[in-house]
Amino acid sequence: MIQHLTAQQRLALARSPQRPGPMDYLQGLFTEFFEQRGDRLQGDDPAIFGGIARYHGRPVTVLGTRKGKNLEENLRTHFGMPEPEGYRKAQRIMAQAEKFRRPIITFVDTPGAYPGLEAEERGQADAIARSLTLMSRLTVPMVAVICGEGGSGGALALAMGNEVLMLENAVYSVLSPEGFASILWKDAGRVAEACEVMKITARDLRKLGVVDEVIPEPENPENLTTRLRLVDAAITKHLDAALRLKDPARHRQEKFAAMGRAWIQGGNP
Amino acid sequence: MNQQFEERRAKFLAMGLKRKGKGPVFAPKPGLDPQFEKCPQCGMAVRKDQWHQGYNVCPGCGFHRPIGAYDRLRMLLDDGAFREFNSALTGRDPLSFPGYREKLAALRTATGLQEAVVTAVGKIYGFPAVVAVMDSRFLMGSMGAAVGEKIARVAQLAQKKKLPLIIFCASGGARMQEGILSLMQMAHTAAAIEEFQCSGGLYIACLTNPTTGGVSASFAMLGDITLAEPGALIGFAGPRVIEQTIGQKLPEGFQRAEFLQDHGFVDAVVPRGELRDTLGQLLSLHGRKR
Ligand SMILES: [Zn+2]
Repeated sequence: MIQHLTAQQRLALARSPQRPGPMDYLQGLFTEFFEQRGDRLQGDDPAIFGGIARYHGRPVTVLGTRKGKNLEENLRTHFGMPEPEGYRKAQRIMAQAEKFRRPIITFVDTPGAYPGLEAEERGQADAIARSLTLMSRLTVPMVAVICGEGGSGGALALAMGNEVLMLENAVYSVLSPEGFASILWKDAGRVAEACEVMKITARDLRKLGVVDEVIPEPENPENLTTRLRLVDAAITKHLDAALRLKDPARHRQEKFAAMGRAWIQGGNP
Repeated sequence: MNQQFEERRAKFLAMGLKRKGKGPVFAPKPGLDPQFEKCPQCGMAVRKDQWHQGYNVCPGCGFHRPIGAYDRLRMLLDDGAFREFNSALTGRDPLSFPGYREKLAALRTATGLQEAVVTAVGKIYGFPAVVAVMDSRFLMGSMGAAVGEKIARVAQLAQKKKLPLIIFCASGGARMQEGILSLMQMAHTAAAIEEFQCSGGLYIACLTNPTTGGVSASFAMLGDITLAEPGALIGFAGPRVIEQTIGQKLPEGFQRAEFLQDHGFVDAVVPRGELRDTLGQLLSLHGRKR
């Protein structure tokens, strides 16, 4: 475990191109993956993958963001920034998980939804909003793993899990620390300060009640075997917990409603 | 159209409460400063009381200036009357963000608002409804824990009272000063709206300038019926971020209300002066009167 890093150092680790991502967890922890492609409306966005696989023998639905392994793939996925078609594909696949009673496991590593002209034209806001409402009423259990960068609404649209896990050096935030510094302080140079004040690290978010468990990472970032074992153990534990829930939909609604309640005061019925 | 609606409307017209032209609610206050204010779009000098009478719409070019939450409620609801609830519900400072508390205190004094959304119950042409109005003067109408909670509570109240829900959105998105907890309000509000709609409730979203970021990607886009004011900026990413990303200028009218209607995300673009009638018609067509 690496205890001594600053938030900005963790941000750099989370964004490192060498860091194992959702595709590595898919390949390392699941068997018989069958990829489902397309949103049945417009197209197929490679920045989100999804399909059916086995997890410790159990059929599950698995979804995640994808950055691609070479420049061509990076460009096609906008470095892991989904278009509306990606979210709508995820909705289609989640709705099927509901129909066939499969638990859902998601892996999130995205700077955010793609801020492009066509993405807006085709309803990025609408796509994310509908992903949120769908997840709020899924009656199958869902576990989300923030494994790299959790950027804004584009990350949340895959992360409304009954259990939300986060790797030790992952980050999760309302917008990028660069954006935060330049908007609130008109000074994009104050990134280190933004990283600290925003509370973007797994430990800070665990304290805020946004994350249920911090998954430790191996000291050596290239040790994929240990990394997979640690992620596997955490998912197994939290999937078991989620499978025991009587009403996963209600649990999810109440979980996300409760997060801000510690930070309000006053009001009348 | 529903006969009762027509009767109510006729009654209101007779009472002179319909706000096209002169109505008692928006009659110029005596002693109002007779200065002129320029239209930010066409530059036309318009008398202040004319702005006031005309719902803050420019008589020259139709530009819709921002309007405060309480002014909106007064111009929208029968007799300008409403009962506000959760007026004292406010947020705190989860990040201990330098200057945030002071900023909130200063805004409360300057605007008379406690938070970026006002929630109330009132009637439109005799049809009761639960109404939430966001106010862009309060930190760009941004959504933090308090705004998220108030939106969730209007949905719950509307469900409990079996009333339609109308939300006027005006927001730059999530409240950055509250960090990740403001992001989580997207999930919170979307879930609350979904539950209300699944219970059979009618939710009308009215998108005003601007409706962007985390508010657009949650409750703003979830209306059974979605109305928008002319020219309102509506989108997930802000225009500047998009221009920086794609490295080109955005076309004229991009992300404006009319653009969203053309692309299938808005039912109708309704000028501010016609909103009350349109909402009255919709409430009438869904016909729950008491
Ligand atoms: Zn004008």
